[in-house]
This record gives sequence, C-alpha cells and structure tokens, in this order.
Amino acid sequence: MKEGSAEKERNALAARVKSWTDRYRGVLALVAVVLLGCIFSPENYRSDWPLFLTLDTQLDVLFEYSEVGILATGMTLVILTGGIDLSVGSVLGMSATLFSLMVVAYGLPVAVALPAAVLAGAVAGCLCGGLIAKTKMQPFVATLAMMAAARGMAKLISGGIKVQPGAREWYAVQSGTPAFFETMTSALPGIPVQPVTLLFVFTLVFMWLVVKYTRFGRHLYAIGGSEEAARLSGIRIGLTKVAAYGLCGLFAGLAGVCNASRMTLGDPEAGSTYELDAIAAVVIGGTSLMGGRGNMLLTLLGTLIIGYINKILSLNAVPEHYRLLAKGAIIVAAVLIQQKRRD
Amino acid sequence: MERSIGRGMCRALPEFTSKMLSFSAWLDTRTQRPYANREPRQQSRGDDVPQILMKGIRKSFGEVSVLHGVDLELRAGNTLALVGENGAGKSTLIKVLAGVYPDYGGEIELDGKPLRMDSPRTSENAGVAVIFQELSLVPPMTVAENIFLGREPFGRLRLVNRGKMAAEAERLLGELGIHISPEKPVELLSMAERQMVEIAKALSRKVRFLIMDEPTSTLPEEDVERLFTLMDKLRVSGVGLLYVSHKLEEIYRVADRITVLRDGALVGTATPQELPPAMMIKWMVGREIDQFLPKHQGVPGEPVLSVRNMRLHDPVADRYLVDDVSFTVKAGEIVGLAGLRGAGNNEVLGAIFGRYGNRASGALEICGRAVAISAPRAALEAGIAYLSNDRKEAGIVPPMSVLHNMTLGSLKALTRPVILTRRREMEAGRELYEQLSVRAPSIDTPVENLSGGNQQKALLGRWLMRKPRVLLLDEPTRGIDVGAKAEIYRLMNELAEQGLGIVFTSTELQELLALSDRILVMHRGKLSRELSREEATQENVTEAAMQVSTTG
Repeated sequence: MKEGSAEKERNALAARVKSWTDRYRGVLALVAVVLLGCIFSPENYRSDWPLFLTLDTQLDVLFEYSEVGILATGMTLVILTGGIDLSVGSVLGMSATLFSLMVVAYGLPVAVALPAAVLAGAVAGCLCGGLIAKTKMQPFVATLAMMAAARGMAKLISGGIKVQPGAREWYAVQSGTPAFFETMTSALPGIPVQPVTLLFVFTLVFMWLVVKYTRFGRHLYAIGGSEEAARLSGIRIGLTKVAAYGLCGLFAGLAGVCNASRMTLGDPEAGSTYELDAIAAVVIGGTSLMGGRGNMLLTLLGTLIIGYINKILSLNAVPEHYRLLAKGAIIVAAVLIQQKRRD
Repeated sequence: MERSIGRGMCRALPEFTSKMLSFSAWLDTRTQRPYANREPRQQSRGDDVPQILMKGIRKSFGEVSVLHGVDLELRAGNTLALVGENGAGKSTLIKVLAGVYPDYGGEIELDGKPLRMDSPRTSENAGVAVIFQELSLVPPMTVAENIFLGREPFGRLRLVNRGKMAAEAERLLGELGIHISPEKPVELLSMAERQMVEIAKALSRKVRFLIMDEPTSTLPEEDVERLFTLMDKLRVSGVGLLYVSHKLEEIYRVADRITVLRDGALVGTATPQELPPAMMIKWMVGREIDQFLPKHQGVPGEPVLSVRNMRLHDPVADRYLVDDVSFTVKAGEIVGLAGLRGAGNNEVLGAIFGRYGNRASGALEICGRAVAISAPRAALEAGIAYLSNDRKEAGIVPPMSVLHNMTLGSLKALTRPVILTRRREMEAGRELYEQLSVRAPSIDTPVENLSGGNQQKALLGRWLMRKPRVLLLDEPTRGIDVGAKAEIYRLMNELAEQGLGIVFTSTELQELLALSDRILVMHRGKLSRELSREEATQENVTEAAMQVSTTG
C-alpha cells in the first residue's frame, strides 16, 4: 500500500510536470527561438545588446507580420471549429484592391472606403460559411472556390493592374501617397509603433477575450470538439459557422486595408500564399487542426515564432530558399510535437 | 484501488451495500459452476470431431470481465447458433475468434492443434471469415473490386486485369446463386445484396468457417430467406457456420446446434430438438430476478410527455425504424423502453428530441402543450433533455473541461449580458458536480480524461442544469462500471420523485425491470406490448421483444 502511494505521488508529479510543459510548450518554444536569435544575432555596433533584442528589431517583426497575424486571428476561429479557410489570402487581395480603388481612383473618404473593404471581406467569409453550413460542403473545398473567386474579383475591379496614383488617367489621385496610407505605416507621435501593428495586437487581444469569455467562443470549441454533441446541446451549428467564417473574412478584409497602406497601392495579386502563413502560425502555436483545442494566445505565439525565425534568418542574410526550407521544417516539427501529446 | 472506491461508494449508499454484495456473490457461484448439471451432453459421433474448439475463453476490458471461461466448438458442414441477451458476450467471443482481441485467456484448437489467435491475419489463415454487422465494403467501388480488394488479379505490366476480375466475380456469385452484376458499384445495392457480396468476398478466399453477427438485423423480411438458402448451400459444401441472432424463428430455421451464453458464461449447448424455445429463453435470462436494484416508489402525476404516431424513416434501408409509436409519460414516472437491437427503442428517444430533423414525424405534447420539435434546440426549450447512447460521439465534448461540458447546455442563462464569467459558471456547476459526485482530478480536467461513468455523470449534470420536465436517457449505464451504474439508478429514482418524467432504454433487462414503473416493449419499430411493473417479468419482456410465445 505504501509503495503504491509513493508511486502514485511520483506519477502525480510527473503528470503535473507534463501538463505544465504541455500548457507552456508554446512559450518554451518561443523562448528557445529568442535565445537562438540572440546567439546568432549579428554584431550590434550601436550598443551592447544583441541586434536581435533591440526594440527596433522586435517592432519590425510585429510590423512585418501584422497582416499574417490578423489573418491568423480569424483563421484561429475557423480552425477551432475544425474547419479551414484557404480564401483569406485572396480576400486580402480583393479588399486591398477595393480599398485602394475607392481611395485612389474614386477619391472617396477613408471613412467610406475602410468599412466597405472590411465588409467585402466579411461577405466573402459569410458566403463560405453559408456554403459549408447549408450544403455540408467540406471547408477545404468551399474556401478553395472562394480563393479563386476572390482573386478573380480583385482582378476584375482593378482591371488587372496595381491600383496606385496615376496608374490610370481618370483616377482621382494622380500623384503622391494618400495621407491615410502614410499614417497607418509610420510611427505614432511619442511611441515608435505603427498603427498597423497596434491594429494587429488589438484585434488579437480582442478576439482572445471574445473566444474566452463569450458564448460564441464556447460554441466554437464545442463544434470543433464534437459537432453532434454541440448540436444536441442546442447550439446553432450553422449560424456559428457562418459567424466564424464571416469574422475570418472580415479580418482578411482588415488585413487587406493594412496591406494596401503598407504597399501604398492596391495590388490584386497581394496576399497570395498568405493563407498558408496564417495556417502555419495557428498550427505552430499548437491549436489543433482537428478543432476544439487551442486558443488565441497560442496563435500570437505561433505568429511570433514564424516572425522571429524569419527575422533571425534575414538578419544573418540567409537567402530566401533556405528560409523557406527552415519554415517547412518548423511546421513539421510543431505538428509532430502536437501529435505526440495526443498519443 | 478499485476496491476502496467500491467501499466508499457503499458507505455513501448504505441501502445498496448488502444487495450489491449478495448479487456479486450470486454471480460468483454461477460463474464457477456454469450449470454443470443442467448442460445436456453432446452426442459424440466419430466423424464430427470439432474443427475449431475454444476452451475456457476469458476476456476482460480493464477491470470488467466480459467472458469468464466460455467453451465453443465449430464443425464442418454444421451451423451453430450463438444466442444470449445483449451484453452476454457473444460479440466479444466472435472477436476473439476473429483475432481482434489477442489478449484473451483460454485455448483455441484448430483441427486438434493449439492455435493462438493473435491477429486478424492468423484467424484469416485458419480459414475463419467474420461478417460483422457493420459491413466492410467500400461503397463507391464495384462488386468485383470489393470482392478482390487487396488481391486483385494482375495482368501484363502488373496492371489489374479487370476482365479477369469481373469474370471471376461473376463465376463466384453465380455459384452462390447471387444475381448481381459484378460491375455495379456497391453503394447502389440494397442492404441484402451488400451482405451477399460480403459473403462472396469471404468465400473468395479459402473459407472453412463463416461467422455472421446478426446478419438479418438490417434485412427486410423477404431477403432473409435468400440469405438462409445461401447458408444452406454453404453448409452442404462443408463450411462451418456460426450464426448469431436474437430471432427465435431464425435460430430454429438454421441451427444444427445452439450455444447459449449469459453474463459472459456458457449456459449450455444443445440441439434444437433438445432445447425448445421456452427453455432457451430460460437459459438466456436465468431464473433469478435480482433485488440489487432499488425499487422506485413513484406516485405518477399529470402527463408531462405525450407522443402520438411517432415515425422515423431510414432513407438507406427505406423502412421505418420507428413505426407509429404512441405513449404517454406522467410526472414522477419512469418508463422503460425495451427491445432487441434494431427494434427502434433507442431511436424513439432521439426522434422525440428532434435529433433526426424532418426524418421523424408525429405529434408531441409537453405538459399538455403541443410542441413542434424539429431540432434539439426546440426540444431543449420545451423542457426535454436527452442523453444519447453514444457518449463519445454525441455526448461529451472531449477536450473541454468537466465544468464547460456541464454548462454547455445552459450557456444562455449564464451569459449576462455578453460575458460568460467563470464565477457564474462555477456557481451553476459546482453544486451539481458535488451532488452527482463526479470523480475527477478537478472540475477543470478535460472530460476525455475521466472514466466512462464520470463522463456520464458530467453529462447528466449538463442536462439537469437545464431543469428539464422530461428526461430521455438512452442507455444511461452503457459502458460504465458497477459503482457508477448504482449512482445513476439512485439519481433516476430521485429525479422521478422530484416529478420529472423519465423515459429510458437499456440493454440490461434487470435494469429495466427494477427501475421502470412501466415497460414498453418494441419489436421491429412498433410497440408490441405494454407491461406494468407487476406484469413485467424477464420472460414476458423477452417474449414480447422476440415476438414469440413461450407458453403456447
């Protein structure tokens, strides 16, 4: 009996350590990546800090990955239900084009253009969600269709060219850069943070709260964990899915506005393969593609891990082909670790 | 460990202790000497040496022993019917023979030589083919492709020789007298035809023993005879058949010998002549009616649930799973729905709850008010709660915590105005968690880490939190340990005393008899009999479920 209890205690301790490392696996990975970054940081001539740890570098990472981060925020909602959204990159391109078109070509005020661009994304998302909920179409297929359609829409409305001042004779703005584009991407007075970065952080934190503290969030987990159980608990599966995909599209629209501001133009080709980066961020964070497990903070971790690794490699002037190879390896490693936990 | 939990349980339920102990003692005596004096001696002739002999087969799942020492023999050209109530261990025994459970105890001999069934492959090599209830055909592939799946005949360049495959399939089907085009996709076939293909597939390898687990449960009556003709053919050609069925008339139609199991033990083997139906039912249910379950003393009040002309259509088999069922449940009443597998009793509960959407039709009244139930959501709002029998698939949300699983059905009431706070959830969940004595490391443990019984209690918590008027429990004690079962019985009684109307199903007759104020027996989708507590006995419930007369 005594031996048994000693063993039980040991098991309990092991279980606690295991659950702790499970829970903070993402944090541990992030710490590991930051350490790597410090070790491999190029020399910093201005101060004693490793270049990687300087505020500039850190803010750079956030800024560069803000669009992917916003996409990943929406993607997390969809993935929590056990679905996937392949259309976010195209929807981003469509919204970026639409936004630029309204501001640059038609000279509409941002107060009109911005909601319209975001709304266009939301409509695309809701269409996907509606198809998936009503016809039981597989999310992969429905969003693959939207991926093509949204890209087509972007090219249609732009006439196939990059929408920027002076690109066509009839454009309202013929030269310079619209003020809104400038504001979004330049540091705010007083603090060295760009509004785009703030938008990303705000979006993610807001959705973290929504997922954690609202009925909607709980419904996402329930559907991803067991759709039939959720249905028998009185949850409106269809409505919740439409909302999840709709929000995912809405954030893609928002990311489109950010993209247009960063590039100071509306590129109908913008955002291609961004959907894969967004999915990678979610998966690397540790949210399960099967649905029902994960959370928004993990997505933040995932985004940062991808962003940091890219930054480390670029600081060390590693060519892009190696960077892509490294990204592939990291995704595989992250998913393998996840599977191990499940067994 | 288990023992100490058991004791704690008994302390919590003093009235249970003695009864439980006497039950287990009774069970012990029975399993040690399985009716030695009652078992008819098998006539042994020189030529029918058993070709597969299973001796003292034991199998347990965790701590639950499902088979405790069962003997069985299969002979060439002979049909053995394996019968027993649900949960008697028939399926487990078959799976041992199929090599699905390599960790069994006891011995198996093939032609007098010992053989360890350690994998499905070993079983296959021994010439055993099993046709399970869930057929293993690939629906979009053709009949021929299915028959030769994994053993396709090759032609030149190692390409599949489709012509040869179709010709072979045609020949095989022809020999069996099955008229199905080998080029037809399986998904276009009826259930009966699929079963035929499954048999043809089994016979396309060298099969000496064909095992069929309730092959007729999904067949319309007119196709059953086709199957039997085929079975006769096989028997004559020297195949040893093992046939599992609940249907008396079928057993007596096909069986050369009958082996009866009860509670994981062998009751006996006899020829149909030696074992008339009435006696077989006695063998199946045993004599003892157990007192270990608490008797519920209810005084039924006003009707809370009234079901009229409930029907449920199965579009695949194109038949009614539930066919024109009507009944009423009063407040404080526990109604048991009995029936064999496939009788439709489980589906009645799901249909009342709106689980099957517009496939179900009929009228419902809750507390005298007519309600249209098209979806679970509407049913919940009308005051019905439903515990499904597939806890893992349609009950728990595995990764969610116990607390979140419990509050899942009541989130709306806990949200004020938008925010769902832990404090409110805890207020709602804590009390039920303790009242139901859910045993978990903590209320925040993912429910997937709990035992089946505790998962079930957490689910009951989800439904009780809604304070329903009508509780539909579909096999509430399925797959849970004895201690948790007892707690669920106690809870059902308490809830009935508080005025809920409870309808439940169970595969265990003793549960139905002990807990129900009334038992409604179903047969092939229809209500076949209503029995009051006084009228209900193991014999007449079984009789009504099987639709035979044991007395006359």
